[in-house]
Amino acid sequence: MNDALSTVLLAVFAGAIRVSTPFLFVSLGECLTEKSGRINLGLEGILVFGAMTGYAISYHSGSPWIGVLAAGVAGSLFGAFHGWVCKLPRVNDVAIGIAMMLFGTGLAFFFGKPYIQPTAPRLPALELGFWSDVPQVREALKINPLFFAGLAVAIVLWWAFRNTRWGLIVRMTGDSSATARAMGYSVDWVRFLATTVGGFLAGVGGAFLSLYYPGSWTEGLSSGQGLMAVALVIFARWNPLACFAAAVLFGGAGAIGPALQSVGISQGYHFFNAAPYILTLLIMILSISPKRSLRGAPAELSLMK
Amino acid sequence: MTETTQSSGLAAPSAIGEWIGGMRRSAEFIVIPLFALFVSASLFSLFLLALGKSPQTFFELLWRGGFGTEFSWQNTLVRTAPLILTALCVAIPARLGLVIIGGEGALVLSGFTAAVVALPLLSWAPPFVVMPVMLLTAAITGALWIGAVGALRHYRGINETIASLLMFYIAVSILNFFVEGVLRDPSDPNKPSTAPIGPANMVGEIPGLHVHWGLAFGVVIAIVLGIVMSRTTFGFAARVTGGNVRAARAQGLPVGTLMVSATMIAGACAGVAGYFEVAAILGKANGSLIAGYGFTGILVSFLARHNPIAIAPVAVLFGGLAAAGGLIQRRMGLPDATVQVLQGLIFVVLLVSETLYGRFRLFDPEARG
Amino acid sequence: MSDILISRRRLLKTAAAGAALGVAPGLGAIGPAAAAGLTMGIIYVGPRDDFGWNQAHAVAAKALKAVPGITVVEEENVPETIAVQKTMESMIKLDGAKLIFATSFGYFDPHMIEMAKKFPDVEFRHAIGLWQADKHPKNAGSYYAYLHQAHYVDGIAAGLSTKTNKLGFIAAKPISSVLTNINAFALGVRKVNPNATIQLIFTGDWALPVREAEAANALADAGCDVLTCHVDSPKVVIETAEKRGIKCCGHNASQASLAPKGFITGAEYKWETIYKNFADLLAKGQKLPNFERGGYDKDYVQNTAFGAGATDAAKAAATAAIADLKANKPYVTGPIKDNKGKEVVAAGKTIDNYDNFLETTNYLVEGIVGSLT
Repeated sequence: MNDALSTVLLAVFAGAIRVSTPFLFVSLGECLTEKSGRINLGLEGILVFGAMTGYAISYHSGSPWIGVLAAGVAGSLFGAFHGWVCKLPRVNDVAIGIAMMLFGTGLAFFFGKPYIQPTAPRLPALELGFWSDVPQVREALKINPLFFAGLAVAIVLWWAFRNTRWGLIVRMTGDSSATARAMGYSVDWVRFLATTVGGFLAGVGGAFLSLYYPGSWTEGLSSGQGLMAVALVIFARWNPLACFAAAVLFGGAGAIGPALQSVGISQGYHFFNAAPYILTLLIMILSISPKRSLRGAPAELSLMK
Repeated sequence: MTETTQSSGLAAPSAIGEWIGGMRRSAEFIVIPLFALFVSASLFSLFLLALGKSPQTFFELLWRGGFGTEFSWQNTLVRTAPLILTALCVAIPARLGLVIIGGEGALVLSGFTAAVVALPLLSWAPPFVVMPVMLLTAAITGALWIGAVGALRHYRGINETIASLLMFYIAVSILNFFVEGVLRDPSDPNKPSTAPIGPANMVGEIPGLHVHWGLAFGVVIAIVLGIVMSRTTFGFAARVTGGNVRAARAQGLPVGTLMVSATMIAGACAGVAGYFEVAAILGKANGSLIAGYGFTGILVSFLARHNPIAIAPVAVLFGGLAAAGGLIQRRMGLPDATVQVLQGLIFVVLLVSETLYGRFRLFDPEARG
Repeated sequence: MSDILISRRRLLKTAAAGAALGVAPGLGAIGPAAAAGLTMGIIYVGPRDDFGWNQAHAVAAKALKAVPGITVVEEENVPETIAVQKTMESMIKLDGAKLIFATSFGYFDPHMIEMAKKFPDVEFRHAIGLWQADKHPKNAGSYYAYLHQAHYVDGIAAGLSTKTNKLGFIAAKPISSVLTNINAFALGVRKVNPNATIQLIFTGDWALPVREAEAANALADAGCDVLTCHVDSPKVVIETAEKRGIKCCGHNASQASLAPKGFITGAEYKWETIYKNFADLLAKGQKLPNFERGGYDKDYVQNTAFGAGATDAAKAAATAAIADLKANKPYVTGPIKDNKGKEVVAAGKTIDNYDNFLETTNYLVEGIVGSLT
């Protein structure tokens, strides 16, 4: 039994690291976008398009890192488009995001057909478990550099929002566009840049899916992970470090179902498999009080009005 | 969310001038979407030409497959039916500023409960008992499921978008747990389903249309809700709340009651859609309930700008594109994703075209000449 | 970018020969696709280049396109809802199709049955579905290959290739055709290695790559040293097993190239035999059978050539098992208990390879650690 418990705990720990990275990148991208006062629900489309682009470019160039970069660039193009059209009066950012979700996945499926079967070079992992002689631990500590890159981006964003000038500008645009305008900053320009960078991060998240874990391009690759990651930003209350925590929690919870079944605890596996969703909802119900629920929410967000 | 729809064609025709003004404003709501459709068609033609495919063939097939024959219309309308109801599930809360994206969960769970509540009745109750019980059960399930989202939002401050999305995944696991488990009908080994509700309890077709009654229900509910949202105190209070919650509270509006009742109405709509999936098509509850109608409904509602009356024509557009998609795949050898690209393009362009409203003097009733 | 477009075009060309008629500009572009001969429609639940179930059908169905006078129209990503009924109707009414192949589980009841009743002069055939003469319309039918025979061979090879005596099976859903494969694998394993157990994980759906990878890792962590699966596209499971340095058996089509070190063998459909037979019948102007079944005896299934993961003992035993199956020797013999201890096949009883019993499986045999709900 003790053995089973440690197997499950280790699987959840390893799963948290393996599965969390795309959630982390997408939610950080969305966090930045939303801090500037816009919502981009289209990151799911960007994630899928990024996954396809990353895989295709890695296949053609032979370098997975060029694939990651291409995925980011493709994502930033989508983000830039979103950022550009949403500055037009009466254009609804939430609706455009939903439409772009459809458009992005459609394009990815259309152009991705020839890449389902070929095997592209995949991203390497850092072997951080060399000190252990337990194979499971060694395996759990094979970590992709993008995980650390994501953690670094989270820390930098968190620090920059508080301590840097541009962090302040982004937050100000998100909280009161009138103030930002009065201070002489172009609200549209700030939001355009924030959405573009957000798109870049989401594209990189997609490349992680296709180039590292699970590491292949198929049309079923993302089962709504981009959409879920956008939702996690609200869960994390627009704090980049909390985004990291939420992504890790969500990734770890996703490992519960398979891990329990692997040690023979299988009755009710439907609910174990839904653990990430159930846990997130429970945590929200237990932790959020109506008074402070919107703390940290950018006031300009149309979702919040 | 910007509110731009109230005035469409509702100007009182007390004077000729006002009447013309109303006409001009209505014309704007026809001309601009048509223009947007034209632009997206042109952009998509370029896409096709780049692939070496004929745009002319494509659009001929699109017309033929979606609207060109009597069968095409049936095909289109049968796909339209659930979309009207799931779009309403988004539109009503949206009037209060709530973005519900988990209508699919309410549809799935309601279809499931409708099928289950019928099981003990089948042996003794006549259809005129079973059918309303099923419909009511589905509507109540949906109302409670999405109503819970509204209640969580108001009383616990939990964001309704994320809650409804999470609850979709939970609804699917509930369905699968029971359908693949205790409620599974052993006679269908390869598609886990509940026991069939029997042909007598199935909903028939609208005479002459070959489309099930879900379409008529959808249209009627949309019109009723359209009137409720534009002509009643409830609708007015909802719009005020959607415009500015603080102002609504200051006015003494019962914001909590409004939120919960709007989400309950929304959920009931999705629930009715779930009922018709079971009672008009599947005859039992199974994984086919998860067909994405709830998610397509989000797009329909946003394109209709959450106006219940506008939802029906937008849903027909969606239904037509989906119906024609098959013909296009077959005749042109294009993958299914082609239609998705076209859909995405149309939606993006239509949504961007909203920026054109009010920019042309031609449509401005205040402008003379 | 240009070679993407070219390969895409090449792909389209091979994927849909039936399109040619529609693309011809000008005249006849939107008339029924076939002027003479038989038009048939094939319907897929997912994309037909998914490297899995749908692709296996699409590739095999090319045999039908080669028959002169036959026009094939294909539609992919058709959900198991009213949409599939309308697709069938559209193929019949707008393309003039007289024969429809529906290749997904959920198309059969109620969708295909409804359409078969509505169009009595059109023939409908369903992959897998259990057509019964007394229950279903005469113009409907079903065809299926007994892949479980190949999974049984997998099991024999795997049972003799494991060192830890723990094997892992990753499955999508607890439906009969999946359960039969799991059980066949387990029967094979336990026949040659009675001490071995099979850890079973259900992912809950046909294509969930992230969860499949998690499941493969969890099984490897739990000490399994052979993995196999029944999901739409086994690519992720096979590659994850190889990455973890453990062995694997394939499913659906050959995955040997994905795991050069650990591949043992794999269970493959040979849909091409079935579709080729159908094509021959159609070429002769004959009616297709209502109920077509078969396994190794009819060359409807096969095992992938042994990979580096198969031990010599495994190869010998598996080859012998294949010879028995080709001779249509039953492999399911009692006593067999389910994994809760209940007897499902009595001692001394033998289940014929064509027995319907094998297609209505709703239990897991002894040795499998897992449950249906």
